[in-house]
Amino acid sequence: MGTPTQITDAPPPASQPAVDKRAARGATRPGDRIFLGLSRGSGILLLVVMAAIAVFLTYRASLAISKDQGNFLTTFQWDTNLVPPNFGIAVLAFGTVVSSIVAMVIAVPVAVAIALFLTHYAPRRLRGPIAYVIDLLAAVPSIVYGLWGALVLVPQMTGLFSWLNDYFGWTGVFSWEGGAPRSMLTVGILLAIMILPIITNVSREVFRQVPQMHEEAALALGATRWEVIRMAVIPFGRSGVISASMLGLGRALGETMAVATVLSPTFDIQASLLDPGGGTFAQNIASKFGEATEFGRDALIASGLVLFVITLLVNGAARAIIARRKEYSGANA
Amino acid sequence: MSTATVTPKGPSTLRGARLPKWSPYAIAGGSIAVAIGIGLAGGLHSRVQWGLIAAILYVVGTYAIASAVEGKRQAKDRIATSFVWVAFLLAVVPLASLIWSTVVRGVKVLDVYFLTHSMGVVADTEPGGGIYHAILGTLEQVGLATVIAAPIGVLTAIYLVEYGRGNLSRAITFFVDVMTGIPSIVAGLFILSLMLMFDMEPFGFAGSLALAILMMPVVVRSTEEMLKLVPNELREASLALGVPKWRTILKVVLPTSIGGITTGIMLSIARITGETAPVLLLVWGNAFINANPFEGAQASLPLYIYQQYANSAGSGAAYDRAWAASLTLIAFVMLLNLVARGIARWKAPKTGR
Repeated sequence: MGTPTQITDAPPPASQPAVDKRAARGATRPGDRIFLGLSRGSGILLLVVMAAIAVFLTYRASLAISKDQGNFLTTFQWDTNLVPPNFGIAVLAFGTVVSSIVAMVIAVPVAVAIALFLTHYAPRRLRGPIAYVIDLLAAVPSIVYGLWGALVLVPQMTGLFSWLNDYFGWTGVFSWEGGAPRSMLTVGILLAIMILPIITNVSREVFRQVPQMHEEAALALGATRWEVIRMAVIPFGRSGVISASMLGLGRALGETMAVATVLSPTFDIQASLLDPGGGTFAQNIASKFGEATEFGRDALIASGLVLFVITLLVNGAARAIIARRKEYSGANA
Repeated sequence: MSTATVTPKGPSTLRGARLPKWSPYAIAGGSIAVAIGIGLAGGLHSRVQWGLIAAILYVVGTYAIASAVEGKRQAKDRIATSFVWVAFLLAVVPLASLIWSTVVRGVKVLDVYFLTHSMGVVADTEPGGGIYHAILGTLEQVGLATVIAAPIGVLTAIYLVEYGRGNLSRAITFFVDVMTGIPSIVAGLFILSLMLMFDMEPFGFAGSLALAILMMPVVVRSTEEMLKLVPNELREASLALGVPKWRTILKVVLPTSIGGITTGIMLSIARITGETAPVLLLVWGNAFINANPFEGAQASLPLYIYQQYANSAGSGAAYDRAWAASLTLIAFVMLLNLVARGIARWKAPKTGR
């Protein structure tokens, strides 16, 4: 991979010899044409599906929003069955952002530490099995996390909640009136457990790419292992960790079942993370869908469209950062 | 403690005084003992508090002793090491707890009867019943989704690797990446909006379509990686013999990478098997056995877990069934994962070396 002039973003060196020779052959063989058509067709189909998702969601959403009596963005209610329907996503947007922030605050440091553990601290023989355990964590279906969260994690949270209330209740954020701990904090903790593997895996890949020379140079200068990590590994991996976190954020934003089982939703915004209440986009769709009329479903689709746009932006940003990183590390290697 | 450190042995003489290898364990043991002492004396009931006191003592103790013997920088290094270890243990605790509670609570009602009967005549709050209808629904929905998504995904990957040039392939690559991040509930809403358009009732195949949307980008990604691993010399040799490109792909490239492609498809099946949200919106759930995915509401394993949890008003029997279904689901997903990894190992593509 020496010459940087020829590096395009479609990296396969595979097709180089064949494509350029088309002119020499004259007309391509029918088999080739059919096969190319098939494979190009499936690629285009993927694009069509993406476009269709955007178009259809927007269309159904516009049906609902045009009849909305309240302001779709700022109304604190979800009454789609009223005669002039009145609904808005303010509470859902708040809840989605808060639960995801809590999840990120917990998951990112732990995930980065685990990635460092896997690349720099764990005994060499243990690295494979530990990475496998992290993968298992990713393979567990979200509904099982939800069930575990609701029946095992929630009862365990009361102790932590009363402790937080005793010592930090004065902040308002950690005040607790003693309800069941089915609150945003519990949701955030559960989401953190669920997005841990993806952040860990991507960060680990980035930390692995750190040039050996940088680390050895730092070690040769007498740095301790922690100083090597701080001076050579973290600066190199920073953008990778950021994009990994954003991929995790995308997961957390769209997670449905784990939130739907753990949270006891209300349609208001509260300052406290510990008192049950609030809601997220995905959770609201799952729990309101059962009794929704056709109009109610359109309204839920409208909220889903907002979620779709948000996750698109987050994921797009993450991919853009990763893509830039790839070029950089490729030139470096 | 100081006597042990004055006699550094072997290669570490260059580095100055070091704590002996067993010192972290000794400090940990000491701080746990002291924490238990404080806890008993202070009358603290919560074990969590004991643990926190022990942790704080350990950090302070390590820092103090290490900075006294080895210097500040080594002390920081030791603290960072212990934080990294703690983070790792922190991640293992929920996984262990999840597996443990699923297995222990799941085996209570998991037997042949449970696997071969439906919930048709059993109220959600009563004991009895089973998951046959849910397993059937899941297998059909996931099977149909795979039939749709796997060929499209593999062909798209072939296009990207073997033919892809210019804007179209760049656009496809980008949107495949974006598609990977679509929340499953949004895929469900998309199919739902189609169904609203044509005024359709929920049925199994609608769920398959949503699952296929979630599966396709994963298949494309993994297949792409595998095709890129096929050494170029193989393609060139085949083309040089006058074999048409499409036969080269079918007879040389695909057989070489088939192990990895299969692995990727199986992993993506494992991923969509656990998806609940689209199934909840599109397939609706059904207590009776419905073997026809093209008509009428069906059950599905993840959906069954959710409904047993949500619709049963805290009945113990329903929770037991939910755990047993979770155990079945996890076992299935883990089995897929293990087999997929096995295939990947046996049939690893022969790289150029």
